[in-house]
Amino acid sequence: MDVKLTGRAASPGMFAGPAARLSGIATIARQQGNAAEEAAALLAAVAASRAELSHLASSANGEASRIMGIQVALLDDDALSESARAAIADGVAADRAWREAMAVEIAGYEHADDEYFRARAADLADMRDRVLRHLLGVEVETAVAAGSVVVARDLPPSLFMSLDWSQGGAIVLGEGSATSHAAMLARSRGVPMVVGIGPGIETLDGTLVVDGEQGSVVVAPGAATLAEAARRRTLAARAEGEARARAGEPAITRDGTRIGVMINVALPSDIEDVDPASCDGIGLVRTEFLVANGALRDEERQFELYRDLVRWASGRPVTIRTLDAGGDKPIPGYTIAGETNPFLGMRGVRLSLRHPEVFRVQLRALARAAALGPLKVMLPMVTTPAELAEARGMLRDAVDTLRVEDTPAILPSLGIMVEVPAAAIAVDQFDAAFYSIGSNDLVQYVTASSRDGGETAALGELTHPAVLRLIAAVAAHGAATAREVSLCGDAGGDPRHIPALLEAGVRIVSVAPAVLARTKAAVRALDLGMHPAKKAHVGL
Amino acid sequence: MTQSTASALLVNEVGLHARPSVKLTQMAKRFVSRLEVALAADGPWVDAKSPVKIMRVKAPRGATLHFRASGPDATEAVRALVSLVESRFDEEKP
Repeated sequence: MDVKLTGRAASPGMFAGPAARLSGIATIARQQGNAAEEAAALLAAVAASRAELSHLASSANGEASRIMGIQVALLDDDALSESARAAIADGVAADRAWREAMAVEIAGYEHADDEYFRARAADLADMRDRVLRHLLGVEVETAVAAGSVVVARDLPPSLFMSLDWSQGGAIVLGEGSATSHAAMLARSRGVPMVVGIGPGIETLDGTLVVDGEQGSVVVAPGAATLAEAARRRTLAARAEGEARARAGEPAITRDGTRIGVMINVALPSDIEDVDPASCDGIGLVRTEFLVANGALRDEERQFELYRDLVRWASGRPVTIRTLDAGGDKPIPGYTIAGETNPFLGMRGVRLSLRHPEVFRVQLRALARAAALGPLKVMLPMVTTPAELAEARGMLRDAVDTLRVEDTPAILPSLGIMVEVPAAAIAVDQFDAAFYSIGSNDLVQYVTASSRDGGETAALGELTHPAVLRLIAAVAAHGAATAREVSLCGDAGGDPRHIPALLEAGVRIVSVAPAVLARTKAAVRALDLGMHPAKKAHVGL
Repeated sequence: MTQSTASALLVNEVGLHARPSVKLTQMAKRFVSRLEVALAADGPWVDAKSPVKIMRVKAPRGATLHFRASGPDATEAVRALVSLVESRFDEEKP
């Protein structure tokens, strides 16, 4: 008993229940009529599928409704069945013509470079099968009892929606992707999901325990495993309710350590629904939105954007990162086109120092907004102390010039992102006012694993001892020299990683507004008193 | 007959995949002009009112989208599509 299979986590949570296997659509062929009858049959099958999807879209809401709406829009488009209709005119049966046309369409997505596009292949396969069922007169598979663990090679999003999740349930897939629409639906519905189990999927039967955090499945679980699953499920449900109710309160661990929880802002509109009192300030403002606003060289417009953030925070710190272009964020005419390895190329502060005329505009706007409240400036991708010194010189010059012009300005506190391993290892060489650990890039660079996910996703884990040791070293240096250390990557908002981060000495995290409540709840569940040696206080 | 062209940088998180493609075509269908989109200034051009054809382009984040239109409301149509792309399709969260 207790045979464990491991795949990839796609939706958190734990569930135990009976396996319910979904088989693929039967490979039966249709009794072929003449070309006109086949053309009419395809038309009718597409129309019937469209009507069903349209009904599903209107009876669902939010994410689920939007996903079905996309399928409706694609079925509405004649371009989708164009080649199938041509094949039917040449004497091919409607079902074969449709299968072959969709196979070409789906292959185009399966071989895309981008993981998001690859994941869309599942949506198209879903549409293909729905139309095929109508062409072949086969019932849609909904014969899955509520409270089952759905086991399949892959799961189309419309099938997810036609299943009954009212009694809980979970999903285990042999293939699949964490970025698929089905995975998004599972996360929004709170259904645990594990993908990428591999050929072992064929052996899954009987009672299964699905662990959506670890990305594992236990087959033939013993009594202890089942009891543990039930206990964790109850705890999770209670924790979720508590987290929402206490989102406005500060995050304090059981032993009384106050943890700063700030928010990350990518667009000025991100703060619209956030009560400033529910967070400890803004730990990261991504100023790449300036580009979309055409404000890259517009000091007045930038000043207004920064000023609005400082006013919103009403006295809480606002940490603004200078332009972090390059890598996966190119800007025509600013970043270098055609770099063979853009993540190791000209990005962040490297580009800012190369374009002083653009950098100066941002530094002037930041110094002006700093006169209105506690604004801090943070440099991305810093690799050498010389870069920090050069940027600091430019910031001082900007303030001096503004004062000569009689424009109110204050020299903001200047810190660095710690995301390049060189900066993390030699952090004592960087005389910055504060350090902010960019865990996404730090993990990618330390483990030499692309952060785009895909094949190397399992290697690029925050929990690699090398990454945690670097974070601990930066936190220790900050504590020893009274410099604030925060962490602003995705890991800070991931409850699985909060214990390790806090044990490593991190005392301030900055997270997406959507995960503010659950981050605070994860902090409250911890007792750092068990680790008195590491109870270094970094200050807030 | 008015003709209009413009380009915009795709700055949203995931490029022109399903949902942004559908939003783009919905916007395009509000105009009577013939509207086309391409990844390069010299084409190949695809119908901006067909979500299937737009998705086939598989434009990644960071790509520059070129628009061209001809018809009575060509100028407004191109302006509307550019602003939709620049606003990240009005929907993105960080």
